[in-house]
Amino acid sequence: MTEVERHSYDVVVIGAGGAGLRAAIEAREHGMRTAVVCKSLFGKAHTVMAEGGCAAAMGNVNPNDNWQVHFRDTMRGGKFLNNWRMVELHAKEAPERVWELETYGALFDRTPDGRISQRNFGGHTYPRLAHVGDRTGLELIRTMQQKIVSLQQQDYAETGDYEAKLKVFAECTITELLTDPATGAIAGAFGYWRESGRFILFEAPAVVMATGGIGKSFKVTSNSWEYTGDGHALAMRAGATLINMEFVQFHPTGMVWPPSVKGILVTEGVRGDGGVLKNSEGKRFMFDYVPDVFKGQYAETEEEADRWYTDQENNRRTPDLLPRDEVARAINAEVKAGRGSPHGGVFLDIASRLPAEEIKRRLPSMYHQFKELADVDITKEPMEVGPTCHYVMGGIEVDPDTAQSVVPGLFAAGECSGGMHGSNRLGGNSLSDLLVFGRRAGLGAANYVSTLSSRPAVRQADVDAAARLALLPFDPPEGSGQPENPYALHQDLQQTMNDLVGIIRKAEEIEQALERLVELKARMRRVVVEGHRQYNPGWHLAIDLRNMFMVSEAVAKAALMRTESRGGHTRDDFPQLDPQWRKTLLVCSSAADDELVPGVTVEPKEQEPMRQDLFELFDIEELSKYYTEAELAAHPDYRGAAAGSGDEAGKEEA
Amino acid sequence: MSYIGKFRVWRGDANGGSLEDYQVEVNEGEVVLDVIHRLQATQAPDLAVRWNCKAGKCGSCSAEINGKPRLMCMTRMSTFSEDETITVTPMRAFSVIRDLVTDVSYNYEKARMVPSFQPPKDLAPGEYRMQQVDVERSQEFRKCIECFLCQNTCHVIRDHEENKPAFSGPRFLMRIAELEMHPLDTADRRDLAQDEHGLGYCNITKCCTEVCPEGIHITDNALIPMKERVAGRRYDPVVWLGNKLFRRNRA
Repeated sequence: MTEVERHSYDVVVIGAGGAGLRAAIEAREHGMRTAVVCKSLFGKAHTVMAEGGCAAAMGNVNPNDNWQVHFRDTMRGGKFLNNWRMVELHAKEAPERVWELETYGALFDRTPDGRISQRNFGGHTYPRLAHVGDRTGLELIRTMQQKIVSLQQQDYAETGDYEAKLKVFAECTITELLTDPATGAIAGAFGYWRESGRFILFEAPAVVMATGGIGKSFKVTSNSWEYTGDGHALAMRAGATLINMEFVQFHPTGMVWPPSVKGILVTEGVRGDGGVLKNSEGKRFMFDYVPDVFKGQYAETEEEADRWYTDQENNRRTPDLLPRDEVARAINAEVKAGRGSPHGGVFLDIASRLPAEEIKRRLPSMYHQFKELADVDITKEPMEVGPTCHYVMGGIEVDPDTAQSVVPGLFAAGECSGGMHGSNRLGGNSLSDLLVFGRRAGLGAANYVSTLSSRPAVRQADVDAAARLALLPFDPPEGSGQPENPYALHQDLQQTMNDLVGIIRKAEEIEQALERLVELKARMRRVVVEGHRQYNPGWHLAIDLRNMFMVSEAVAKAALMRTESRGGHTRDDFPQLDPQWRKTLLVCSSAADDELVPGVTVEPKEQEPMRQDLFELFDIEELSKYYTEAELAAHPDYRGAAAGSGDEAGKEEA
Repeated sequence: MSYIGKFRVWRGDANGGSLEDYQVEVNEGEVVLDVIHRLQATQAPDLAVRWNCKAGKCGSCSAEINGKPRLMCMTRMSTFSEDETITVTPMRAFSVIRDLVTDVSYNYEKARMVPSFQPPKDLAPGEYRMQQVDVERSQEFRKCIECFLCQNTCHVIRDHEENKPAFSGPRFLMRIAELEMHPLDTADRRDLAQDEHGLGYCNITKCCTEVCPEGIHITDNALIPMKERVAGRRYDPVVWLGNKLFRRNRA
């Protein structure tokens, strides 16, 4: 029998980024004994990397903003593939969630009348992002970390124990979810302490997945080592489904030089505050890349674009602030056409647009980052930037209102959940997403637990199996052949995904990637790690690789199946938006054919039509760029196929 | 542009260890953390090191490089000459778990002892009004990425384990200052700063400020003003007299 440290909780939250902390706060405030389990130290989560801000239609800077405008912007940004109910909840609840942070002690930048200031961002009609300079994510994490401490202080005052009701298990990795074989419901979670390598078991009827993204499967990424798709893979292995996995956001502006920092993010706030993209000829090329679906919504001359920063009523915004997928593709095209910067990116110029002091005040960490890492003074010279793997729109399929997956007791929020952002996420919608749905997941879990009459039991056999799989890299099966180094295997996986399932895709390349994944998975069985279980990074990587392989297969298979281009999925061989695909979701699940790295199966599924009152928030002209003729007939302004511009649908190139 | 760099890295655990020499490839534009990662991938797969963002934003990769407390991800290799041996050791003020990873739980314990933000009772969410100039004082301190380099370098605890129970270190004295300067906070932590968190131990040598990777003026903007507030409350003769006269009423 496996030696394992056992704990019993009502709710176990996996991940201590924004979504996880907000879920934990909510579950604890509803009386649940709650554990937060995270791979890093408390307060180090990837959310700290979020720079620009948190989108919420508070209307502090432009009173015309409201939830309907935010709803429309988000649906447009996601090319109408979004789960509309999630988008509705998000747009309606984001302001409350931001205001709530002030009651926890957050200090956002202010407007002259003392309210929370809001900044412009790509795809948002009005200044909408609550921010703190360019370190908004850090403010969110610290604020919620400190809120958790304050709840622990309350518990200490009552019980004499800080951790009586809410405990953080830091530097602890979950390797498997455990379920009740009869009902499929969550029974617990199994993992190990990174420090000692000792096993730990949580017996709990509810798990909130808040593990973030999958960027570490790609070579050039803004994501940290933690982003290995743990939540995605754990959920699939426990029987849950993923949607939208083919949509991966390549942030248009990552650093490209020096090589060691390639991929590190340059906030969109640079463009929001006036920075412009230029090619090697000094041309502001984004004016040439406004796609038909956005024609008329963006400035057509540099003069109009520049006037927009001060007068938004009478001018249209600069195309530098198109949604991220459009900007990333445009940069890619400029570089391919030979108009790139010396190190294979394009130029992002703020130096000639704002006074040096203003740049340092508004973008202090960007100034710092370029000065320290690239020896570039952004107040004097332009930055070199290019696309970097940043965010996965796909994730665990959940019920919008409760955040519960198809597995009873398994909830998900933040980046590891899917649906909210459709095919492309707008900047600033991530921090608001994790607040809104972090809270809903915590609430959903609390409600679920309080209705249970009995708790599913963890089976010893499952614990033993999880322990055996975790230890496999120390003791690979005999005669399995040449031992594999986990670091080398990881690099090969990243190269494969980057080259073959990256920003621009085509069928042959994706098929090639799938073949390579089969080979890499075979090598996975031969991974051997040196040393012992105490704080052994080679072993930790070997365990995380299991998840990266599953997630990579899901991305590649879904990308192959979707024969159109939309948002974060661009097919060279199918460059158009296809309205038939708009209402189709690709659902990934585990084939359960292998215990170490199960295969992934992908099934199409019809998306639920938008509720009528939300549907009517859009003009028929706009909808006709995305919807099929049959769907458009439900709109009150529909005048038949021959009359409107509806007949363009399907032929429209985007 | 690459060369073979000489590295000396501390390897070991709570029971002891030693400096080990490595020769490892260094490329243009790299930082110390890149080279440590290359060591892991090629020569020392079990070399323990904490890191996350690799962009100076999370404060995980704190260590001592040639004896100086630094973030490994923000220390460029170009600041050293090619023939220089670069010594990387774990933070000294905290006990070692393994290699470059230390036990920083002291910091989380001290964080728990600082009474949290106490919001005004009469304001609902959304009704908070503060001026930019007023929030900026606390915002400076909230730039802190909790790398704990200030704690590591502070001589009150660096080689004085015995002071840890009585002293919370610059990071958490600054946290108290941050809350005290929050325009809407309603609590008073001045006595606590002196009595429970050991503000008096600080003799403003500014070592913390010097090592702060975020450039926060910890001593000038947080610790000294905090000392002044405590002094104003405890040692101002008018306040003292007021306390004497009205103590009974306040109890």
